[in-house]
Amino acid sequence: MQSRLASPPTTSIADALRGDFPALAQRINGHPLVYFDNAATTQKPRAVLDAMRRHYEEDNANVHRGVHTLGNRATAAYEGARDRAAAFLNAPAREEIIFTRGTTESLNLVATAWGAAHLKPGDAIVLTEMEHHSNLVPWQLLARRTGAVLRFIPVLGDEGRLDLTGLDALLRGARLLAFTHISNALGTVNPVAELCERARAAGIVTVVDAAQSAGHMPLDVRAMGCDFLACSGHKACGPTGIGVLYGRRELLEAMPPYQGGGEMITRVTFEGAEYQAPPHKFEAGTPNIAGAVGLRAALDYLGQVGLPAIHAQIQDVTAYARERLSEFRGIRIFGPREGARGGLVSVVLPGVHALDLATLADQQGVAIRVGHHCTQPLHDRLGVPATARASFSFYNTRAEVDRFVTVLERVIRMLKGSP
Amino acid sequence: MMTAPAALTLDELESHFELLGDWEARFGHLIDLGRQLPPMAPEDHCDAFRVHGCQAQVWMRLVPRTGGAEPVLDIVADSDAFIVKGLIAVLLIIYSGKTAAEILRTDGAPALARMQLSEHLSPTRKNGLAAMLRRVRELAASWQPACTP
Repeated sequence: MQSRLASPPTTSIADALRGDFPALAQRINGHPLVYFDNAATTQKPRAVLDAMRRHYEEDNANVHRGVHTLGNRATAAYEGARDRAAAFLNAPAREEIIFTRGTTESLNLVATAWGAAHLKPGDAIVLTEMEHHSNLVPWQLLARRTGAVLRFIPVLGDEGRLDLTGLDALLRGARLLAFTHISNALGTVNPVAELCERARAAGIVTVVDAAQSAGHMPLDVRAMGCDFLACSGHKACGPTGIGVLYGRRELLEAMPPYQGGGEMITRVTFEGAEYQAPPHKFEAGTPNIAGAVGLRAALDYLGQVGLPAIHAQIQDVTAYARERLSEFRGIRIFGPREGARGGLVSVVLPGVHALDLATLADQQGVAIRVGHHCTQPLHDRLGVPATARASFSFYNTRAEVDRFVTVLERVIRMLKGSP
Repeated sequence: MMTAPAALTLDELESHFELLGDWEARFGHLIDLGRQLPPMAPEDHCDAFRVHGCQAQVWMRLVPRTGGAEPVLDIVADSDAFIVKGLIAVLLIIYSGKTAAEILRTDGAPALARMQLSEHLSPTRKNGLAAMLRRVRELAASWQPACTP
Protein backbone atom coordinates (compact mmCIF):
# COMPACT_ATOMS: atom_id res chain seq x y z
CA MET A 1 0.00 0.00 0.00
CA GLN A 2 1.07 3.55 -0.73
CA SER A 3 1.70 5.33 2.57
CA ARG A 4 1.30 9.07 2.93
CA LEU A 5 3.93 8.92 5.63
CA ALA A 6 7.59 9.35 4.95
CA SER A 7 9.08 6.03 3.95
CA PRO A 8 10.72 4.27 6.88
CA PRO A 9 14.49 4.17 7.21
CA THR A 10 15.85 1.30 5.12
CA THR A 11 16.89 -0.58 8.25
CA SER A 12 14.86 0.21 11.33
CA ILE A 13 16.26 -0.34 14.82
CA ALA A 14 13.43 -2.84 15.30
CA ASP A 15 14.90 -5.22 12.74
CA ALA A 16 18.33 -4.92 14.33
CA LEU A 17 17.12 -5.42 17.91
CA ARG A 18 14.32 -7.99 17.73
CA GLY A 19 16.85 -10.80 18.11
CA ASP A 20 17.67 -9.50 21.60
CA PHE A 21 14.19 -10.49 22.82
CA PRO A 22 13.80 -14.28 23.15
CA ALA A 23 10.01 -14.12 23.68
CA LEU A 24 9.47 -12.45 20.30
CA ALA A 25 10.88 -15.43 18.41
CA GLN A 26 8.01 -17.79 19.18
CA ARG A 27 4.96 -18.83 17.17
CA ILE A 28 1.43 -18.61 18.57
CA ASN A 29 -1.19 -20.94 17.10
CA GLY A 30 1.22 -21.59 14.26
CA HIS A 31 1.79 -17.92 13.43
CA PRO A 32 4.77 -15.69 14.26
CA LEU A 33 3.93 -13.74 17.41
CA VAL A 34 2.96 -10.12 16.80
CA TYR A 35 3.17 -8.64 20.29
CA PHE A 36 1.11 -5.44 20.41
CA ASP A 37 0.39 -5.33 24.15
CA ASN A 38 3.41 -3.30 25.17
CA ALA A 39 1.45 -0.69 27.12
CA ALA A 40 0.59 -3.53 29.51
CA THR A 41 4.15 -4.83 29.69
CA THR A 42 7.12 -5.02 27.34
CA GLN A 43 9.17 -8.09 26.52
CA LYS A 44 12.62 -8.43 28.12
CA PRO A 45 15.95 -8.38 26.32
CA ARG A 46 18.42 -11.17 26.99
CA ALA A 47 20.70 -8.67 28.77
CA VAL A 48 18.07 -8.28 31.53
CA LEU A 49 17.47 -12.01 31.87
CA ASP A 50 21.24 -12.66 31.99
CA ALA A 51 21.86 -9.95 34.60
CA MET A 52 19.20 -11.35 36.93
CA ARG A 53 20.43 -14.90 36.49
CA ARG A 54 24.02 -13.82 37.12
CA HIS A 55 22.93 -11.97 40.25
CA TYR A 56 21.28 -15.07 41.71
CA GLU A 57 24.12 -17.35 40.64
CA GLU A 58 27.02 -15.21 41.82
CA ASP A 59 26.06 -12.22 43.99
CA ASN A 60 22.94 -13.22 45.89
CA ALA A 61 22.87 -11.91 49.48
CA ASN A 62 20.80 -9.45 51.47
CA VAL A 63 21.74 -5.81 51.13
CA HIS A 64 23.11 -3.04 53.34
CA ARG A 65 24.20 -4.89 56.50
CA GLY A 66 26.31 -7.78 55.29
CA VAL A 67 30.06 -7.49 55.90
CA HIS A 68 30.82 -10.44 53.67
CA THR A 69 31.75 -10.36 50.02
CA LEU A 70 28.40 -11.39 48.58
CA GLY A 71 26.59 -8.89 50.80
CA ASN A 72 28.88 -6.14 49.56
CA ARG A 73 28.37 -7.16 45.93
CA ALA A 74 24.61 -7.26 46.34
CA THR A 75 24.58 -3.85 48.05
CA ALA A 76 26.78 -2.37 45.34
CA ALA A 77 24.49 -3.78 42.67
CA TYR A 78 21.33 -2.53 44.38
CA GLU A 79 22.67 0.95 45.09
CA GLY A 80 24.24 1.04 41.63
CA ALA A 81 20.75 0.50 40.23
CA ARG A 82 19.62 3.54 42.20
CA ASP A 83 22.39 5.63 40.62
CA ARG A 84 21.35 4.36 37.20
CA ALA A 85 17.67 5.20 37.82
CA ALA A 86 18.65 8.68 39.04
CA ALA A 87 20.60 9.25 35.82
CA PHE A 88 17.71 7.84 33.75
CA LEU A 89 15.36 10.48 35.19
CA ASN A 90 18.06 13.18 35.49
CA ALA A 91 17.23 13.41 39.20
CA PRO A 92 19.41 15.90 41.11
CA ALA A 93 20.29 13.35 43.82
CA ARG A 94 20.34 9.55 44.17
CA GLU A 95 18.55 9.88 47.54
CA GLU A 96 15.52 11.08 45.62
CA ILE A 97 15.04 7.64 44.03
CA ILE A 98 12.90 5.16 45.98
CA PHE A 99 12.48 1.61 44.73
CA THR A 100 8.91 0.35 44.82
CA ARG A 101 6.97 -2.54 43.29
CA GLY A 102 5.93 -0.34 40.39
CA THR A 103 3.97 2.74 39.42
CA THR A 104 0.95 1.69 41.47
CA GLU A 105 2.95 1.37 44.68
CA SER A 106 4.81 4.60 43.95
CA LEU A 107 1.52 6.47 43.68
CA ASN A 108 0.10 4.78 46.78
CA LEU A 109 3.25 5.73 48.67
CA VAL A 110 2.77 9.41 47.86
CA ALA A 111 -0.96 9.29 48.58
CA THR A 112 -0.40 7.58 51.91
CA ALA A 113 2.77 9.18 53.25
CA TRP A 114 2.52 12.69 51.80
CA GLY A 115 -1.28 12.80 51.90
CA ALA A 116 -1.64 11.81 55.53
CA ALA A 117 0.74 14.57 56.61
CA HIS A 118 -0.60 17.38 54.44
CA LEU A 119 -4.31 17.13 53.77
CA LYS A 120 -7.24 18.31 55.84
CA PRO A 121 -10.99 18.23 55.18
CA GLY A 122 -12.00 20.35 52.18
CA ASP A 123 -8.52 20.38 50.58
CA ALA A 124 -8.67 19.65 46.86
CA ILE A 125 -6.75 17.04 44.88
CA VAL A 126 -6.80 17.72 41.13
CA LEU A 127 -6.65 14.79 38.69
CA THR A 128 -7.61 14.38 35.04
CA GLU A 129 -10.46 12.37 33.56
CA MET A 130 -7.99 10.14 31.71
CA GLU A 131 -6.21 8.69 34.75
CA HIS A 132 -5.49 5.00 35.07
CA HIS A 133 -7.24 3.51 38.09
CA SER A 134 -3.85 3.41 39.83
CA ASN A 135 -3.69 7.22 39.69
CA LEU A 136 -7.32 7.57 40.74
CA VAL A 137 -8.23 5.02 43.41
CA PRO A 138 -5.31 5.88 45.78
CA TRP A 139 -6.52 9.50 45.77
CA GLN A 140 -10.12 8.41 46.31
CA LEU A 141 -8.96 6.41 49.34
CA LEU A 142 -6.94 9.38 50.57
CA ALA A 143 -9.92 11.72 50.10
CA ARG A 144 -12.08 9.33 52.11
CA ARG A 145 -9.51 9.21 54.92
CA THR A 146 -8.85 12.94 55.10
CA GLY A 147 -12.08 14.57 53.93
CA ALA A 148 -10.30 16.05 50.90
CA VAL A 149 -12.23 16.45 47.64
CA LEU A 150 -11.31 15.39 44.09
CA ARG A 151 -11.51 17.65 41.06
CA PHE A 152 -11.00 16.56 37.46
CA ILE A 153 -9.49 18.28 34.43
CA PRO A 154 -11.89 17.37 31.57
CA VAL A 155 -10.87 15.40 28.48
CA LEU A 156 -11.97 16.72 25.09
CA GLY A 157 -13.63 14.27 22.67
CA ASP A 158 -12.11 11.21 21.03
CA GLU A 159 -8.75 12.95 20.50
CA GLY A 160 -8.42 12.98 24.25
CA ARG A 161 -6.63 16.24 24.87
CA LEU A 162 -6.99 17.92 28.26
CA ASP A 163 -9.27 20.95 28.40
CA LEU A 164 -7.06 23.42 30.26
CA THR A 165 -9.38 26.42 29.84
CA GLY A 166 -10.68 26.09 33.40
CA LEU A 167 -7.39 25.02 34.95
CA ASP A 168 -6.87 28.11 37.12
CA ALA A 169 -10.26 27.61 38.75
CA LEU A 170 -9.57 23.90 39.28
CA LEU A 171 -6.19 24.65 40.87
CA ARG A 172 -7.56 27.34 43.18
CA GLY A 173 -7.16 26.13 46.76
CA ALA A 174 -5.83 22.74 45.62
CA ARG A 175 -2.96 21.02 47.43
CA LEU A 176 -1.94 18.43 44.87
CA LEU A 177 -2.11 17.84 41.11
CA ALA A 178 -1.59 14.26 39.88
CA PHE A 179 -1.75 13.41 36.18
CA THR A 180 -0.50 10.96 33.63
CA HIS A 181 2.31 11.90 31.24
CA ILE A 182 0.92 9.67 28.47
CA SER A 183 -2.60 8.22 28.55
CA ASN A 184 -2.57 4.41 28.47
CA ALA A 185 -6.00 4.38 26.84
CA LEU A 186 -5.76 7.24 24.33
CA GLY A 187 -2.07 7.86 23.76
CA THR A 188 -2.43 11.55 24.60
CA VAL A 189 0.83 13.21 25.64
CA ASN A 190 0.09 15.77 28.29
CA PRO A 191 2.03 19.05 28.60
CA VAL A 192 3.93 18.06 31.73
CA ALA A 193 6.19 21.09 32.06
CA GLU A 194 3.30 23.54 31.58
CA LEU A 195 1.07 21.76 34.09
CA CYS A 196 3.86 21.53 36.66
CA GLU A 197 4.78 25.17 36.21
CA ARG A 198 1.21 26.37 36.66
CA ALA A 199 0.76 24.17 39.72
CA ARG A 200 4.06 25.30 41.23
CA ALA A 201 3.09 28.95 40.75
CA ALA A 202 0.01 28.19 42.85
CA GLY A 203 2.05 26.33 45.51
CA ILE A 204 0.60 22.95 44.51
CA VAL A 205 2.55 19.69 44.71
CA THR A 206 2.72 17.75 41.43
CA VAL A 207 2.76 13.98 40.80
CA VAL A 208 3.48 12.63 37.31
CA ASP A 209 2.46 9.10 36.32
CA ALA A 210 5.17 8.18 33.83
CA ALA A 211 4.21 4.51 33.45
CA GLN A 212 3.65 4.90 29.70
CA SER A 213 6.51 7.29 28.96
CA ALA A 214 9.42 5.72 30.87
CA GLY A 215 11.46 3.74 28.38
CA HIS A 216 9.63 5.30 25.43
CA MET A 217 11.33 8.70 25.43
CA PRO A 218 13.98 10.59 27.40
CA LEU A 219 12.63 11.72 30.80
CA ASP A 220 14.02 14.62 32.79
CA VAL A 221 12.40 15.47 36.13
CA ARG A 222 14.28 18.78 36.25
CA ALA A 223 12.91 19.89 32.88
CA MET A 224 9.46 18.66 33.85
CA GLY A 225 9.59 20.53 37.12
CA CYS A 226 7.56 17.88 38.96
CA ASP A 227 7.71 17.09 42.68
CA PHE A 228 7.06 13.36 42.30
CA LEU A 229 7.28 10.97 39.35
CA ALA A 230 6.23 7.32 39.31
CA CYS A 231 7.20 4.63 36.81
CA SER A 232 7.47 0.86 36.41
CA GLY A 233 10.40 -1.25 35.34
CA HIS A 234 8.34 -3.84 33.49
CA LYS A 235 6.97 -1.39 30.94
CA ALA A 236 10.54 -0.36 30.10
CA CYS A 237 12.03 -3.79 29.33
CA GLY A 238 12.79 -4.47 33.01
CA PRO A 239 11.35 -7.17 35.26
CA THR A 240 7.97 -7.03 36.98
CA GLY A 241 7.84 -6.08 40.66
CA ILE A 242 10.29 -3.19 40.52
CA GLY A 243 9.49 0.45 39.97
CA VAL A 244 10.67 3.87 40.91
CA LEU A 245 9.34 6.83 42.78
CA TYR A 246 11.25 10.05 42.27
CA GLY A 247 10.52 12.61 44.96
CA ARG A 248 12.01 16.02 45.61
CA ARG A 249 14.33 15.72 48.61
CA GLU A 250 12.66 18.35 50.86
CA LEU A 251 9.30 16.67 50.39
CA LEU A 252 10.67 13.19 51.07
CA GLU A 253 12.46 14.38 54.20
CA ALA A 254 9.28 15.92 55.58
CA MET A 255 7.12 12.86 54.86
CA PRO A 256 6.37 10.16 57.43
CA PRO A 257 7.32 6.58 56.46
CA TYR A 258 5.05 4.52 54.21
CA GLN A 259 5.56 1.09 55.79
CA GLY A 260 7.43 0.02 58.91
CA GLY A 261 10.00 -2.74 59.19
CA GLY A 262 13.66 -3.48 58.87
CA GLU A 263 16.00 -1.36 56.71
CA MET A 264 14.03 1.85 57.32
CA ILE A 265 15.09 2.60 60.91
CA THR A 266 18.23 3.82 62.70
CA ARG A 267 17.22 2.86 66.24
CA VAL A 268 14.25 0.99 67.65
CA THR A 269 13.08 0.64 71.25
CA PHE A 270 9.88 -0.98 72.50
CA GLU A 271 8.35 2.46 72.64
CA GLY A 272 9.31 3.87 69.27
CA ALA A 273 11.75 4.16 66.42
CA GLU A 274 13.97 6.67 64.70
CA TYR A 275 13.83 6.52 60.96
CA GLN A 276 16.50 6.49 58.30
CA ALA A 277 16.85 9.39 55.92
CA PRO A 278 15.34 9.00 52.42
CA PRO A 279 15.40 6.83 50.40
CA HIS A 280 15.76 4.06 53.01
CA LYS A 281 12.98 5.52 55.15
CA PHE A 282 10.60 4.42 52.41
CA GLU A 283 12.09 0.99 51.68
CA ALA A 284 11.00 -1.19 54.59
CA GLY A 285 12.04 -4.84 54.50
CA THR A 286 14.27 -6.70 52.09
CA PRO A 287 13.87 -4.94 48.76
CA ASN A 288 13.52 -6.51 45.31
CA ILE A 289 17.28 -6.78 44.81
CA ALA A 290 17.23 -8.95 41.71
CA GLY A 291 14.49 -6.70 40.31
CA ALA A 292 16.72 -3.67 40.78
CA VAL A 293 19.58 -5.52 39.06
CA GLY A 294 17.24 -6.33 36.16
CA LEU A 295 15.99 -2.75 36.03
CA ARG A 296 19.55 -1.47 35.84
CA ALA A 297 20.30 -3.84 32.97
CA ALA A 298 17.13 -2.65 31.21
CA LEU A 299 18.04 1.02 31.62
CA ASP A 300 21.57 0.30 30.38
CA TYR A 301 20.11 -1.50 27.37
CA LEU A 302 17.71 1.36 26.57
CA GLY A 303 20.58 3.80 27.00
CA GLN A 304 22.76 1.86 24.56
CA VAL A 305 20.01 1.78 21.96
CA GLY A 306 19.31 5.44 22.65
CA LEU A 307 15.99 6.81 23.86
CA PRO A 308 15.66 9.33 21.00
CA ALA A 309 15.99 6.46 18.48
CA ILE A 310 13.51 4.38 20.50
CA HIS A 311 11.06 7.25 20.55
CA ALA A 312 11.40 7.81 16.80
CA GLN A 313 10.76 4.13 16.01
CA ILE A 314 7.66 3.98 18.25
CA GLN A 315 6.32 7.21 16.72
CA ASP A 316 6.85 5.83 13.21
CA VAL A 317 5.08 2.53 13.85
CA THR A 318 2.23 4.23 15.73
CA ALA A 319 1.65 6.78 12.96
CA TYR A 320 1.75 3.99 10.39
CA ALA A 321 -0.74 1.91 12.40
CA ARG A 322 -3.08 4.86 12.70
CA GLU A 323 -2.91 5.44 8.98
CA ARG A 324 -3.51 1.79 8.07
CA LEU A 325 -6.36 1.42 10.57
CA SER A 326 -8.09 4.50 9.19
CA GLU A 327 -8.72 2.44 6.00
CA PHE A 328 -11.44 0.49 7.86
CA ARG A 329 -14.87 1.89 7.13
CA GLY A 330 -16.57 3.43 10.15
CA ILE A 331 -13.64 2.80 12.52
CA ARG A 332 -13.43 5.08 15.54
CA ILE A 333 -9.81 5.81 16.42
CA PHE A 334 -9.07 7.46 19.75
CA GLY A 335 -6.16 9.68 20.65
CA PRO A 336 -4.42 12.65 19.05
CA ARG A 337 -4.74 12.92 15.27
CA GLU A 338 -1.64 15.08 14.90
CA GLY A 339 1.60 15.66 16.71
CA ALA A 340 3.19 13.69 19.49
CA ARG A 341 1.36 10.64 20.77
CA GLY A 342 2.10 7.64 22.91
CA GLY A 343 2.86 4.31 21.28
CA LEU A 344 -0.66 2.97 21.08
CA VAL A 345 -3.84 3.06 19.04
CA SER A 346 -7.25 2.35 20.62
CA VAL A 347 -10.16 1.67 18.30
CA VAL A 348 -13.80 0.69 18.11
CA LEU A 349 -14.99 -1.02 14.93
CA PRO A 350 -18.71 -0.76 14.14
CA GLY A 351 -20.52 -4.03 14.86
CA VAL A 352 -17.33 -5.71 16.11
CA HIS A 353 -16.89 -6.27 19.82
CA ALA A 354 -13.31 -5.75 20.97
CA LEU A 355 -13.39 -9.09 22.83
CA ASP A 356 -14.32 -10.96 19.63
CA LEU A 357 -11.61 -9.06 17.78
CA ALA A 358 -8.89 -9.82 20.34
CA THR A 359 -9.91 -13.49 20.66
CA LEU A 360 -9.83 -14.09 16.91
CA ALA A 361 -6.62 -12.05 16.49
CA ASP A 362 -4.94 -14.27 19.10
CA GLN A 363 -5.87 -17.32 17.03
CA GLN A 364 -3.67 -15.75 14.34
CA GLY A 365 -0.78 -14.88 16.64
CA VAL A 366 -1.58 -11.21 17.24
CA ALA A 367 -1.65 -10.07 20.88
CA ILE A 368 -3.76 -6.98 21.55
CA ARG A 369 -5.69 -5.83 24.60
CA VAL A 370 -9.39 -5.36 25.00
CA GLY A 371 -11.43 -3.61 27.66
CA HIS A 372 -11.48 -0.35 29.51
CA HIS A 373 -7.69 -0.48 30.12
CA CYS A 374 -8.18 0.40 33.79
CA THR A 375 -9.76 3.72 32.82
CA GLN A 376 -13.42 2.92 33.39
CA PRO A 377 -14.58 6.51 34.09
CA LEU A 378 -12.91 7.67 30.86
CA HIS A 379 -14.67 4.95 28.87
CA ASP A 380 -17.99 5.89 30.49
CA ARG A 381 -17.33 9.42 29.29
CA LEU A 382 -16.41 8.28 25.76
CA GLY A 383 -19.57 6.16 25.74
CA VAL A 384 -17.81 2.90 24.85
CA PRO A 385 -17.68 -0.08 27.23
CA ALA A 386 -14.53 -1.45 25.64
CA THR A 387 -11.93 -0.58 23.03
CA ALA A 388 -9.34 -2.71 21.29
CA ARG A 389 -5.83 -1.40 21.89
CA ALA A 390 -2.67 -2.13 19.95
CA SER A 391 0.40 -0.78 21.75
CA PHE A 392 3.93 -0.71 20.44
CA SER A 393 7.52 -0.91 21.49
CA PHE A 394 10.66 -0.11 19.53
CA TYR A 395 10.98 -3.76 18.44
CA ASN A 396 7.69 -3.58 16.52
CA THR A 397 7.76 -3.02 12.77
CA ARG A 398 5.57 -1.65 9.99
CA ALA A 399 5.47 -5.19 8.60
CA GLU A 400 3.82 -6.35 11.83
CA VAL A 401 1.25 -3.57 11.46
CA ASP A 402 0.53 -4.89 7.96
CA ARG A 403 0.03 -8.39 9.43
CA PHE A 404 -2.31 -6.94 12.05
CA VAL A 405 -4.36 -5.23 9.34
CA THR A 406 -4.63 -8.46 7.34
CA VAL A 407 -5.71 -10.31 10.49
CA LEU A 408 -8.30 -7.61 11.22
CA GLU A 409 -9.76 -7.90 7.73
CA ARG A 410 -10.15 -11.64 8.23
CA VAL A 411 -11.73 -11.17 11.67
CA ILE A 412 -14.22 -8.66 10.32
CA ARG A 413 -15.15 -11.06 7.49
CA MET A 414 -15.80 -13.77 10.09
CA LEU A 415 -17.87 -11.57 12.36
CA LYS A 416 -19.87 -9.92 9.62
CA GLY A 417 -20.52 -13.29 8.00
CA SER A 418 -19.47 -12.26 4.49
CA PRO A 419 -17.21 -14.60 2.50
CA MET B 1 -40.77 -13.07 26.83
CA MET B 2 -38.82 -15.15 24.38
CA THR B 3 -37.95 -18.49 25.94
CA ALA B 4 -37.66 -20.65 22.86
CA PRO B 5 -35.84 -23.87 23.72
CA ALA B 6 -32.65 -24.44 21.83
CA ALA B 7 -33.42 -26.30 18.63
CA LEU B 8 -30.34 -28.50 18.76
CA THR B 9 -29.76 -31.40 21.12
CA LEU B 10 -26.44 -31.70 22.89
CA ASP B 11 -25.60 -34.82 20.84
CA GLU B 12 -26.24 -32.91 17.60
CA LEU B 13 -24.13 -29.98 18.77
CA GLU B 14 -21.27 -32.27 19.74
CA SER B 15 -21.33 -34.02 16.38
CA HIS B 16 -21.26 -30.63 14.62
CA PHE B 17 -18.16 -29.60 16.55
CA GLU B 18 -16.58 -32.98 15.84
CA LEU B 19 -16.78 -32.28 12.10
CA LEU B 20 -15.12 -28.88 12.35
CA GLY B 21 -11.43 -28.74 11.65
CA ASP B 22 -9.47 -25.55 12.10
CA TRP B 23 -9.95 -22.62 14.49
CA GLU B 24 -11.71 -20.57 11.83
CA ALA B 25 -14.44 -23.18 11.34
CA ARG B 26 -14.85 -23.73 15.08
CA PHE B 27 -15.07 -20.04 15.93
CA GLY B 28 -17.25 -19.46 12.87
CA HIS B 29 -19.67 -22.08 14.18
CA LEU B 30 -19.64 -20.50 17.64
CA ILE B 31 -20.37 -17.10 16.11
CA ASP B 32 -23.25 -18.60 14.08
CA LEU B 33 -24.71 -20.16 17.22
CA GLY B 34 -24.49 -16.76 18.86
CA ARG B 35 -26.35 -15.14 15.97
CA GLN B 36 -29.20 -17.62 16.41
CA LEU B 37 -29.49 -17.03 20.16
CA PRO B 38 -33.09 -16.15 21.12
CA PRO B 39 -33.17 -12.44 21.93
CA MET B 40 -33.35 -11.15 25.49
CA ALA B 41 -35.78 -8.34 26.24
CA PRO B 42 -33.97 -4.97 26.35
CA GLU B 43 -35.37 -4.30 29.85
CA ASP B 44 -33.58 -7.46 31.03
CA HIS B 45 -30.23 -5.85 30.16
CA CYS B 46 -30.08 -4.53 33.71
CA ASP B 47 -27.63 -4.70 36.59
CA ALA B 48 -29.67 -7.32 38.45
CA PHE B 49 -29.02 -9.81 35.63
CA ARG B 50 -25.38 -8.81 34.93
CA VAL B 51 -22.76 -11.55 35.04
CA HIS B 52 -19.38 -10.15 36.00
CA GLY B 53 -16.00 -11.66 35.15
CA CYS B 54 -16.16 -11.11 31.40
CA GLN B 55 -14.51 -8.51 29.17
CA ALA B 56 -17.86 -8.20 27.39
CA GLN B 57 -21.23 -7.39 28.91
CA VAL B 58 -23.29 -10.46 29.86
CA TRP B 59 -26.81 -10.71 31.29
CA MET B 60 -28.50 -13.92 32.43
CA ARG B 61 -31.71 -15.05 34.12
CA LEU B 62 -33.72 -18.24 34.53
CA VAL B 63 -37.34 -18.26 33.39
CA PRO B 64 -39.85 -21.02 34.14
CA ARG B 65 -41.13 -22.77 31.00
CA THR B 66 -43.81 -24.68 32.90
CA GLY B 67 -45.84 -24.16 36.07
CA GLY B 68 -45.86 -26.32 39.14
CA ALA B 69 -43.69 -26.68 42.17
CA GLU B 70 -40.63 -27.79 40.19
CA PRO B 71 -40.89 -26.05 36.85
CA VAL B 72 -38.71 -26.72 33.86
CA LEU B 73 -36.42 -23.69 33.47
CA ASP B 74 -34.97 -21.86 30.48
CA ILE B 75 -31.80 -19.81 30.50
CA VAL B 76 -32.38 -16.41 28.96
CA ALA B 77 -29.08 -14.62 28.39
CA ASP B 78 -27.34 -12.17 26.10
CA SER B 79 -24.00 -10.49 25.46
CA ASP B 80 -22.67 -7.72 23.25
CA ALA B 81 -19.88 -10.02 21.95
CA PHE B 82 -20.62 -12.74 19.39
CA ILE B 83 -18.24 -15.35 20.76
CA VAL B 84 -19.77 -14.93 24.21
CA LYS B 85 -23.26 -15.24 22.67
CA GLY B 86 -22.08 -18.46 21.04
CA LEU B 87 -20.90 -19.80 24.39
CA ILE B 88 -24.28 -18.83 25.87
CA ALA B 89 -25.99 -20.81 23.11
CA VAL B 90 -23.91 -23.85 24.07
CA LEU B 91 -24.90 -23.40 27.74
CA LEU B 92 -28.54 -23.16 26.69
CA ILE B 93 -28.30 -26.48 24.90
CA ILE B 94 -26.70 -28.10 27.94
CA TYR B 95 -28.88 -26.61 30.68
CA SER B 96 -32.17 -25.28 29.34
CA GLY B 97 -35.29 -27.41 29.75
CA LYS B 98 -34.20 -28.80 33.09
CA THR B 99 -35.55 -28.25 36.58
CA ALA B 100 -33.40 -26.43 39.12
CA ALA B 101 -32.50 -29.75 40.74
CA GLU B 102 -31.54 -31.23 37.37
CA ILE B 103 -29.38 -28.20 36.53
CA LEU B 104 -27.52 -28.63 39.81
CA ARG B 105 -26.98 -32.32 39.03
CA THR B 106 -25.65 -31.53 35.51
CA ASP B 107 -21.93 -31.05 35.01
CA GLY B 108 -21.41 -29.25 31.72
CA ALA B 109 -17.62 -29.55 31.80
CA PRO B 110 -17.28 -33.00 30.12
CA ALA B 111 -19.45 -31.93 27.18
CA LEU B 112 -17.49 -28.68 26.83
CA ALA B 113 -14.27 -30.72 26.87
CA ARG B 114 -15.58 -33.06 24.15
CA MET B 115 -16.36 -30.01 22.00
CA GLN B 116 -12.87 -28.66 22.75
CA LEU B 117 -14.42 -25.59 24.34
CA SER B 118 -12.72 -26.19 27.70
CA GLU B 119 -10.01 -23.64 26.92
CA HIS B 120 -12.74 -21.00 27.28
CA LEU B 121 -13.39 -22.28 30.80
CA SER B 122 -10.01 -21.18 32.07
CA PRO B 123 -10.32 -18.27 34.49
CA THR B 124 -7.57 -16.52 32.54
CA ARG B 125 -9.86 -16.42 29.49
CA LYS B 126 -11.89 -13.33 30.04
CA ASN B 127 -14.82 -14.42 27.90
CA GLY B 128 -16.76 -15.28 31.00
CA LEU B 129 -17.67 -18.92 30.31
CA ALA B 130 -16.52 -19.92 33.81
CA ALA B 131 -18.46 -17.00 35.32
CA MET B 132 -21.57 -17.90 33.30
CA LEU B 133 -21.40 -21.56 34.38
CA ARG B 134 -21.10 -20.42 38.00
CA ARG B 135 -24.07 -18.10 37.52
CA VAL B 136 -26.28 -20.84 36.04
CA ARG B 137 -25.65 -22.93 39.15
CA GLU B 138 -26.18 -19.98 41.51
CA LEU B 139 -29.48 -19.11 39.85
CA ALA B 140 -30.60 -22.74 40.01
CA ALA B 141 -29.49 -23.09 43.64
CA SER B 142 -31.40 -19.98 44.66
CA TRP B 143 -34.49 -21.02 42.72
CA GLN B 144 -37.31 -21.51 45.24
CA PRO B 145 -39.46 -24.38 43.96
CA ALA B 146 -42.00 -24.09 46.78
CA CYS B 147 -42.61 -22.27 50.02
CA THR B 148 -40.78 -23.75 52.95
CA PRO B 149 -43.20 -24.23 55.84
